[in-house]
Amino acid sequence: MKAIKGQWVKIHSIVLTSEERAPQVPDDTKKVPLELWVKGYVLSDAEIGDLVEVKTMTGRIVKGNLVEINPTYRHSFGDNIPELLEIGPKLRKILFEDGE
Amino acid sequence: MMDNSYEAVMSRKNEIMKKAVGIDYSQFESGSIAFDYEDMMKKVGYTLEEMINIQKSSGVGETKIYEMKNLTKLARKFSEDGKGARIFVKDEAANPSGSFKARRAANAVYHAKKNGFKGVIAATSGNYGAAVASQAAMYGLKCIIVQECYDSEHKGQPEIIEKARKCEAYGAEVIQLSVGPELFYSFLELLEDTGYFNASLYTPFGIAGVETLGYEIAMQMREMVGKDPDAVICTNAGGGNLTGTARGLQKAGAENTKVIGASVDLKGLHMASDKQFNKKSFTTGHTGFGIPFATTPDRSDVPRSAARALRYMDRYVTVSQGEVFYICEAMAQIEGFERGPAGSVSLAAAFSVAREMNEDEIVVVQETEYTGAGKHIQPQLSFARNNGIDIRFGNPEEQIPGVNIIFPESPGMIKAKDLDMIKIKKSYLSKTLESIENINEKDVKYLIDEINESREFVLDYLKANNIKIVEG
Repeated sequence: MKAIKGQWVKIHSIVLTSEERAPQVPDDTKKVPLELWVKGYVLSDAEIGDLVEVKTMTGRIVKGNLVEINPTYRHSFGDNIPELLEIGPKLRKILFEDGE
Repeated sequence: MMDNSYEAVMSRKNEIMKKAVGIDYSQFESGSIAFDYEDMMKKVGYTLEEMINIQKSSGVGETKIYEMKNLTKLARKFSEDGKGARIFVKDEAANPSGSFKARRAANAVYHAKKNGFKGVIAATSGNYGAAVASQAAMYGLKCIIVQECYDSEHKGQPEIIEKARKCEAYGAEVIQLSVGPELFYSFLELLEDTGYFNASLYTPFGIAGVETLGYEIAMQMREMVGKDPDAVICTNAGGGNLTGTARGLQKAGAENTKVIGASVDLKGLHMASDKQFNKKSFTTGHTGFGIPFATTPDRSDVPRSAARALRYMDRYVTVSQGEVFYICEAMAQIEGFERGPAGSVSLAAAFSVAREMNEDEIVVVQETEYTGAGKHIQPQLSFARNNGIDIRFGNPEEQIPGVNIIFPESPGMIKAKDLDMIKIKKSYLSKTLESIENINEKDVKYLIDEINESREFVLDYLKANNIKIVEG
């Protein structure tokens, strides 16, 4: 996929490599780099994966690898949790049906 | 060119902070362990009247308090005769950004604007980010929020992802990082690079902003029931919510109101661990922040934190993740208020504490938070189940953070657990006095205030640990 100059994109970069991480971090965290994601308008035409510069919402110019074009939100209300459905009826029974 | 390596930026920490907060903290230092907390709050904070006006002009505060009549009735069904205090909730979700954090942000952003900063930055994965972004939008300031968001597999907590969306909805730039305390390094670099104001959660402005919350509770309860509440329960993480609320209650003259801290029990989970990051179902309001911040308040992004929970906390309880999710669902199902899960921590504690109190007593839960996609019990639980967490009904006593989430089989099983305050206070002393052999009289007074204990308590501790009081 190709991003056209001026499109809203998301980029990714490595802030600290595994070797550069702070001494106090736990071992499992030290094994992986500190990564960063930020959105902005891409300053040149580019393919996914290319190193690009973007202009962020506050006007900063930030460098990183292009990971998403026209990024949006995909978080949701998740999968149904059947146990949750049981709580309301149980409580209503205790409150309103048990020999008031 | 400036050296921007981790070590170099961290070594410039103090000068970056001084510029970005506009407070010279050294003026409050005594030279030994003590610093003048009240002087700091007075000199750089705002008076209660000023804060009320600042918040009024930005749509913050004056939220309603509702009586949770059905939850009270339910609690009484599981109480001894004559027990079961009336439960009230202050609906802080009604603030512009959907949580009480708007109060903290209102003052910080007002202060930034007044002092000519072009923008504000905050390091937060929580509701505070949205609060700062919302206030920055009102004042026409630029805003950057730095979040700890993903693990190394790019999996993110639904509620943190939702908060990123909310910040962006107010026009902020959101920087998302993977797990690790070096977020602070990125934060410092940004402050240095932009010259923006550090809208830290822990400045006197931020904490003083919460005083209006405690003040309003006292005033509203006097109006509604003709007396001060017997207890106010505050969800406790960094300590600012509790500190500000308690100070506001004191300013209203509510001397006899007990202030209770409540946190979700996340014992055993390491907060900086990449693998454990997504094993938890609460990203704040938990013991992973609550206990370290209580015992070492000066661990935040400012040299001296204005949030000092041990000064004000009469009691500290924990509740389990399952209990909080359960009570959050109950609030929707039997009270008709659908609110976010993190705001229900103190409600779960209140449901338990109310059952120990008399029927004519009043317990106030001092916050709620907004809810929506991601920031809701179902996506948090669904995320947990997908991460291998066992979710079931049972006895909450059997909960193991990171392994299971247990909904109580019966509401009567909801039981807030008391943390040992003496142990926490001793832990504070041990951390503060680590490798110190001599202190002076000023330090002794400071320690008494810091842990809100008697002089004897502090002297006994000093004696037991061979720490001498010297002149100076």
